[in-house]
Amino acid sequence: MKNVKENQSRRKFIRNAGMTLGTLLVTSAIPSFNAVLFAANKPKGKGVWYGIAIDIEKCIGCGNCAKSCKIENDVPQEPFFFRNWVEQYTIKHDGSIVVESPNGGIDGFTQSVPDAEIEKSFFVPKMCNHCAKSPCVQVCPVGATFETPDGVVLVDEKYCIGCRYCVQACPYGCRYIHPTKNVVDKCTLCYHRLKKGLMPACMQNCPTQARISGDLNDPESEVSKFVKTKNVYVLKPHLNTGSKLYYNALNQEVR
Amino acid sequence: MNPQFEHLYEALSKVDGYIYPNEIELSWSILIVLYPFITGLVAGAFILASLERVFNVKALRPTYVIALLTAFAFMLVATMPLIFHLGQPLRAWEIMITPHLTSAMAIFGFVYLWYLMVVLLLEIWFDYRADMVVWSKDAKGLKKWLYKAFSLGINDASPESRKWDDKLGYIVTVIGIPSAFLLHGYVGFIFGSIKANPWWSTVMMPVIFLFSAMVSGIALVMLVFMVLNYVRRQKIDMLCLDTIAKYLFYIIIIDFTLESLDQIHRFYEAEESFEIISLLMSGKLFVTLLIFQILLGMIIPLITLGTLQFFKPKEKIRQAIYFVTGLLVLFGIFFMRWNVVIGGQLFSKSFYGFTSFKLSLIGPEGFLMASIWLVIPFLILAFLLWLFPPWKKTQHEHLPAE
Amino acid sequence: MPVQLKRLLILGVVLFSVFLLFKYLLTPASFGQYGHYRGLALEENAALTAKYTGSEACYDCHDSIVAVKNESLHSSIACESCHGPGFKHIEDPENEKMDQPDSREFCAHCHAFNKARPEKAITQQDIREHNPDEKCIECHNPHQPQQ
Repeated sequence: MKNVKENQSRRKFIRNAGMTLGTLLVTSAIPSFNAVLFAANKPKGKGVWYGIAIDIEKCIGCGNCAKSCKIENDVPQEPFFFRNWVEQYTIKHDGSIVVESPNGGIDGFTQSVPDAEIEKSFFVPKMCNHCAKSPCVQVCPVGATFETPDGVVLVDEKYCIGCRYCVQACPYGCRYIHPTKNVVDKCTLCYHRLKKGLMPACMQNCPTQARISGDLNDPESEVSKFVKTKNVYVLKPHLNTGSKLYYNALNQEVR
Repeated sequence: MNPQFEHLYEALSKVDGYIYPNEIELSWSILIVLYPFITGLVAGAFILASLERVFNVKALRPTYVIALLTAFAFMLVATMPLIFHLGQPLRAWEIMITPHLTSAMAIFGFVYLWYLMVVLLLEIWFDYRADMVVWSKDAKGLKKWLYKAFSLGINDASPESRKWDDKLGYIVTVIGIPSAFLLHGYVGFIFGSIKANPWWSTVMMPVIFLFSAMVSGIALVMLVFMVLNYVRRQKIDMLCLDTIAKYLFYIIIIDFTLESLDQIHRFYEAEESFEIISLLMSGKLFVTLLIFQILLGMIIPLITLGTLQFFKPKEKIRQAIYFVTGLLVLFGIFFMRWNVVIGGQLFSKSFYGFTSFKLSLIGPEGFLMASIWLVIPFLILAFLLWLFPPWKKTQHEHLPAE
Repeated sequence: MPVQLKRLLILGVVLFSVFLLFKYLLTPASFGQYGHYRGLALEENAALTAKYTGSEACYDCHDSIVAVKNESLHSSIACESCHGPGFKHIEDPENEKMDQPDSREFCAHCHAFNKARPEKAITQQDIREHNPDEKCIECHNPHQPQQ
């Protein structure tokens, strides 16, 4: 009897060990799972794949990003057209939320809520998320907006028909119709600057380096490290846009 | 201040809560309200025509050709508001040449052409071909040449060829019904597939668009039928009119049920966007949604048409009721489109506030221009009725559906 | 086959051929090169002028000021953040001058008290109270703000 039992337990041990080993072998062949990058649907090719990181803890709300973007990219100065802008969120003691973005933050912020009522307040810079599964690219009827092989969502202003469907489809409000060109316009991540080895205008002119961009395919890039080491979050993750704009210290109230 | 932006500064001063800065201007205005309204009329009118042809509702016989011509007249105009609202109208052809197949809008060109050329045009052509051959012999001047051109140089008006017309026309109608469903269900999909906008993003949208299209199209044909008889001083075929009204009543019930289901579902699930949407419905859309669309466009027609199913007052009174009800229904469906298109852009995608919209009187997106796009189809219809008078057609019954 | 069907088929084939011809003629040459878009659009986007030239360009002429700034609390700030884009100035330094902002409001964009500003990240002042009638730069050198 005893022998039989021993035999059984030995067999069990061998079986379990085999299964564990097998599982380990199989899983080690699968690349490790990274929830954040997975959400952005990493493409197969090698090359550069641009992503953006914004550190809310560093943003001082100076509006330099929005201002320099308008200058760099000929965005009309009127307060209805923005490729990027800064919002101030203020959460009061009573739980109510005040969101402001006077002229996109370009003229600076003057606090409208008295200090005594504020629970917490913070700035949230917004810009195109350069989504990997862009709803705007999906709906463009003619192929005038597209994702470049390096992961930047661009507009072909010579081909855009100005139907505005992409404006409706962008959940982040990052597109507008250019009033003189009559085509859609949006953040290009300063594609022309990237190709010249320069930083995007908003990032170069950020006094605190709160915003960076770089290659998500390169594990040593600043962006990759930011995404790995910080507690990052994307906007509206439930819409599964594959946003590649990662925020550090983003509050749930931000939409 | 640049006058180009005056209305935007005005809108900026009226912003309620917080909206993304790019959201102050509504991207889609009255012209895009007209687009689903007009295509809806087309699809609805066509479906009424096919009731007679495919489902063999004999009482509707007098409206068959009128419904087809009405659908055709509106179909010719359907794309115009779309093209004129484009920022670059001269590039509109790109949508046909390099259609981006993941875009609901890219398919529009093809759905439209299929419906216009393969369904509507062919069905009308088969119905009129033999008549055109006959008419081309007596007509003079322009008319003669138009008939000759439109009959594609065919001279055969024999009973044998008419049989073929009937057979082929029947096949086209059978293809036409799913096509009409496709056309308008598809228009609903353009809105229903925008996941960024919770007011649009519902699987019900294509179905609701389809049934509201049928409601508006049937109401329009009913009105055209009555006006035409009045203008020609003919006695209205009351059996036909009552039958149209009966179908209108049934379809409104379905439409009302579907729309209610959609709203109840929205309220019961009460997702993230619920607060802003209930504010939208009780605030900015109160008049156009609750009063115009639901009360005037749905509930009152349901009551009047429902009552007439049981009580039959004198013909004159019935006609008056049908006429007013038809107008109310069209008015209500127009505002249904309005509430979808405009309403969906009034609240911010941040769900923290509202922008405002004021319809201007003039300009390409103004009230007058929009009215023109609604008048032109009637002018086209008048022309079509002059060129192809249904009352001068040789009377013959369609082949019974096999 | 009845005559009307024959005629319609011919008409249909003609119309379809015309469509194919237009599709062939009108599709831009570089369309589909990388995906469903004009490949040339990439180059056109890349060819735009960069207006902000980057601080390295400033160093060529203004090396002493750049060096001072780079040692100060403002070291992380690019020259063009305050002075505006430099692409014209580089081409024609005599006639195209850079911005030299000196207003209190300009400094206040960063340094005015605001609950949302992280306290540790930046020095903040109540600009209504702090010497309200004087320009900031009369006491504070923006290139060496700690003095």
